[in-house]
Amino acid sequence: MMKLAEELIAHWNYLAVIALMMIGLYIAISSGNLVKKVMGVNVFQASVILLYVSMGKVSGGTAPILIEGRTDVLYSNPIPHVLMLTAIVVGVASTAVGLALVVRVQEAYGTVEEDEIVKLDRDEDLRSMSGETN
Amino acid sequence: MGEAAQTTALIWAMTLPLLGAVGVVALGRWPNLRDSWTVAVGLATFTAVLGLVSPVMAGARPSLGLPDWMPGLGLGFEVEPLGLLFGLVASGLWILTSVYGFGYMRGHAEKNQTRFFTCFAVAIAAALGIAFAGDLITLFLFYEILTFSTYPLVTHAGTEAALKAGRVYLGILVSTSVLFLLLAILWTASLSDTLQFTPGGFLPGKIEGPSAVLLLLLFSYGVGKAALMPFHRWLPAAMVAPTPVSALLHAVAVVKAGVFTVLKIALYVFGLDFLAADGLSDLLMAIAAITILAASIRALYLDNLKARLAYSTISQLSYIVLGAAIAVPAAAMGAGMHILMHALGKITLFFVAGAVYVTAHKTEVSQLDGIGRRMPFTFGAFCIASFSIIGLPPFGGAWSKWFLVTGAFEAGQPWMALVFMASSLLSIAYLMPIVIRAFFKPLPEGAKDEMNEANWMMLLPICATAILCFVIFFYADGVYRLLAPVVGLAQ
Amino acid sequence: MIDLSFHLPALQVLLPLIGAPLCFLIRKEALVRAFTLSVSVGCFFISLALLGRVIDGTVLVYEFGGWGRPFGIEYRVDILNALVLVIVSAMAAIVFSVGPGQTRRALPVGREYLFYSAALLCLTGLLGVSITGDVFNVFVFLEISSLSSYILISMGQNRRALMAAFSYLVMGTIGATFLLIGIGFLYQMTGTLNMVDMAERLQDVGQTRTILVALAFVVVGISTKLAVFPLHQWLPNAYSFAPPLVSAFLASTATKVAYYLLIRFCIGIFGFGLVFDQVGIQKLLLPLSIAAMFLGSIAAIYQTEFKRLLAYSSIAQIGYMTLGLSLASEAGVSAGLIHVFNHALMKGALFLVAACITWRLGGTDIAVMRGLGQRMPLTMAAMVVAGLALVGVPGTVGFVSKWALVSAALDQDMLFVAFLIMASSLLALVYVWKLVEVAYFGTAEPGVEKKDAPLRLLVPTWILAGASIYFGIFSGYAVDVANRAAAQIFGAGM
Repeated sequence: MMKLAEELIAHWNYLAVIALMMIGLYIAISSGNLVKKVMGVNVFQASVILLYVSMGKVSGGTAPILIEGRTDVLYSNPIPHVLMLTAIVVGVASTAVGLALVVRVQEAYGTVEEDEIVKLDRDEDLRSMSGETN
Repeated sequence: MGEAAQTTALIWAMTLPLLGAVGVVALGRWPNLRDSWTVAVGLATFTAVLGLVSPVMAGARPSLGLPDWMPGLGLGFEVEPLGLLFGLVASGLWILTSVYGFGYMRGHAEKNQTRFFTCFAVAIAAALGIAFAGDLITLFLFYEILTFSTYPLVTHAGTEAALKAGRVYLGILVSTSVLFLLLAILWTASLSDTLQFTPGGFLPGKIEGPSAVLLLLLFSYGVGKAALMPFHRWLPAAMVAPTPVSALLHAVAVVKAGVFTVLKIALYVFGLDFLAADGLSDLLMAIAAITILAASIRALYLDNLKARLAYSTISQLSYIVLGAAIAVPAAAMGAGMHILMHALGKITLFFVAGAVYVTAHKTEVSQLDGIGRRMPFTFGAFCIASFSIIGLPPFGGAWSKWFLVTGAFEAGQPWMALVFMASSLLSIAYLMPIVIRAFFKPLPEGAKDEMNEANWMMLLPICATAILCFVIFFYADGVYRLLAPVVGLAQ
Repeated sequence: MIDLSFHLPALQVLLPLIGAPLCFLIRKEALVRAFTLSVSVGCFFISLALLGRVIDGTVLVYEFGGWGRPFGIEYRVDILNALVLVIVSAMAAIVFSVGPGQTRRALPVGREYLFYSAALLCLTGLLGVSITGDVFNVFVFLEISSLSSYILISMGQNRRALMAAFSYLVMGTIGATFLLIGIGFLYQMTGTLNMVDMAERLQDVGQTRTILVALAFVVVGISTKLAVFPLHQWLPNAYSFAPPLVSAFLASTATKVAYYLLIRFCIGIFGFGLVFDQVGIQKLLLPLSIAAMFLGSIAAIYQTEFKRLLAYSSIAQIGYMTLGLSLASEAGVSAGLIHVFNHALMKGALFLVAACITWRLGGTDIAVMRGLGQRMPLTMAAMVVAGLALVGVPGTVGFVSKWALVSAALDQDMLFVAFLIMASSLLALVYVWKLVEVAYFGTAEPGVEKKDAPLRLLVPTWILAGASIYFGIFSGYAVDVANRAAAQIFGAGM
């Protein structure tokens, strides 16, 4: 029991990642508001960024800036940071496209609540089936 | 005929109907020109096929190989006696049915005649492709083309009923060919590195026991055009088509393609000896026997003339399947001969049915009282053809029945011989009453004026095929000599 | 003088990448279209050149900036991805030649360059995913192609295209992020992002739980993009509400590239032994594939709108591809690859037919298509040809795929699976025939003039429909390439 608690606390970064991942997924799936969905995906992506960045930290390692002349320095891994810069950009782009779509949805439907949009679509279907049958 | 000339004749035989189709489309606006073109192409095709007879009887096997279309699987054609017989039947009767078709279509003022005769030509091309296929893949390709090219013919009327019938037709034929036949071909491909038709078969030694029985059943049911029960429903459904369609395609080309395929697979994929050994074909024999009897009995109760003839066809087709399943040379000879004999007889019967519909507007057997006396030639032909179907000498059907029954006894299957005989009795029961009603019953009141003999374009083919039923009895030895090497009989 | 042929792999991606922003400079629609077409055709020729060079088994390695692995990013062309490159660029060249089609409502006149820009970006992304030899690069290009496809889909005429694009965005981003998580774990255990290096290093660490989790994340992530049942929910809406030309392009390329990724990751990186022998992924993939095949086809039968029918049909066809992979054999993968090529042709042709119908009639409800056989004969003829190919009539590409798949199944002694493949293609016959009956036996609305689609739509449609027959008869070359690709990836393990 103590061993388990010890292990969990030692890997607290993964706990944070899991927590954020689940929160993000939950928001994205269960939220009815489209903007909130986009934010949920954002939180989810943030958790992955945390995962990589925390992976890169080497115990006892210093910041990965080359110190001239010394060969015995232990550096943290810079690669995950580099990868995550790219991933942040990708995340920003996805968020931008997602929010742009939400703006267009607002223009077309007048609302950004998913259940209202579904209702509007269904009403449109019913009207075309019964009303304008030609 | 040199080899090059033989291959040329083969190529012509198969491309001429396609040229015919193109020509029919092009000449669509001038009906007389278009119809003459059809007849001319039909005659040319028949001549090309006829030209292949003497080399093949002398032992030559003209062939044509096309480049591999899938690694290891090439399209190929090879003319052998059985295929040649089917080719002669299809191309020869095409001419007569075309002339009949002109009479029917014009007499009935049908629409879309150009589309009709175009699809006809394509269907004949496909039938010849099946006849001359050198391997299972080529055969399957043309088999499918035949299904799809006859669909517009079946649904010609464009009515809701025609559409429904078309769905049944396509549904059963494509389902059986994809689910069973293609599966059987692929299974065979995984067992053997060749799919080329080989005298004596190429499967012996590669498969045995229950798997072999399953494979044989997959092949037999896969050939839905052979109308083995319970996959026979497409045939009566297709009777909604105009009678020339029923006559050529469903009495001759489509169904004969089916039983031809079954016989060819029996002879060239399995081999007669393999089938006969260990009761491999017992189950198939039982299925064919049940189909023969059940269909004949059903025919007794049908009043609609075309429906009755349809079930008669289903029954007669299983003669050929049973002959193949009995798997002795004599039975196989009988099966091969029956392809020709039944074609001649059945096409006459359907021609008459169509002539009666167009001229006297009657479709039911019960309406045919006394009509024979107003249409003597038509019903005389019907009588002759009935005798041939029943198997009475001196008509062609007697020979095929003879060989089938002899083969049954030779194979130690007296029950099957009994099935053939019982079926003859049943065919008397469903065909002769029509003849008797037509000639010996008095005409119904006030019907005298509207019934005259059929117009010459229909009457000519009717009489031609009926006379052929009679004449072929005396020239059957030609057929015998053609097929003997295939089935393993001495010439 | 720069040796252009040396830089071909880089040019394959750079050409459309640079072309995309350049579209912003060209405002006249005809010019932008011509520009996009020339870029796509250029990509097509480059991909053919690449295929020509790798067909004998050589692997082209292109290191960016001269940095070798594992430090630099490299592009690696072997037969497998050369085949995918050819398919993607060919479809781009054929479809982009037509233009945006019916997007007038969403795309105001004078702003068509936006469509072409997005299209070229999508092409860049797809080509990049296929050609790169670095796993993180895969993620980046995958997101490039996905984002641009969300934009393209949202340009549909119906306002539901917006919601369709949005749902696809949420689901697709989550899927791509799963892939990213998987890549993260792989990097953590192997220390490299290069595919070849990773495959080597995985030999030592393959037995750890981390790698198994990585495999799970990667497969689920790719499956979302591949629309494997039950992660297919985004596909029907996305394909039916997008502009038909966009659907034509995406249906033939996006899922194919995802399939390529699945093969590359499962067999190339993780290795056949781990994925198929140890974990036994085929035990999951096989039932899901069969479910997709049947449920997709059955759903298609009940559709009342043409593009939606084609979308559900695509789900079934993707089932065939994953079935090929789940047979866990070289023949199976080869069959899957043949179907990738053939399906691109058939579905591309059918969606282009949908584009033709939309052009003339404004919509693709099946009820509206009544009697179209007489009004638009050439278009409907193309539909019949492509439809018969979908069913698998011999003489068409569909038959070649079916043959290959069933042969591969029979090689593994799976007679029942072979039977199921045949049965599901019969279901395809039902919905294809429904379309044929409506087109040829229905009576048209009065007032619909007898006018076929314009030539610039008919030509690409018939190129694809004709190819469906041509490659069905002369299938030797395509089958050979697929066989070689499968052999190479099984043999080299990479």
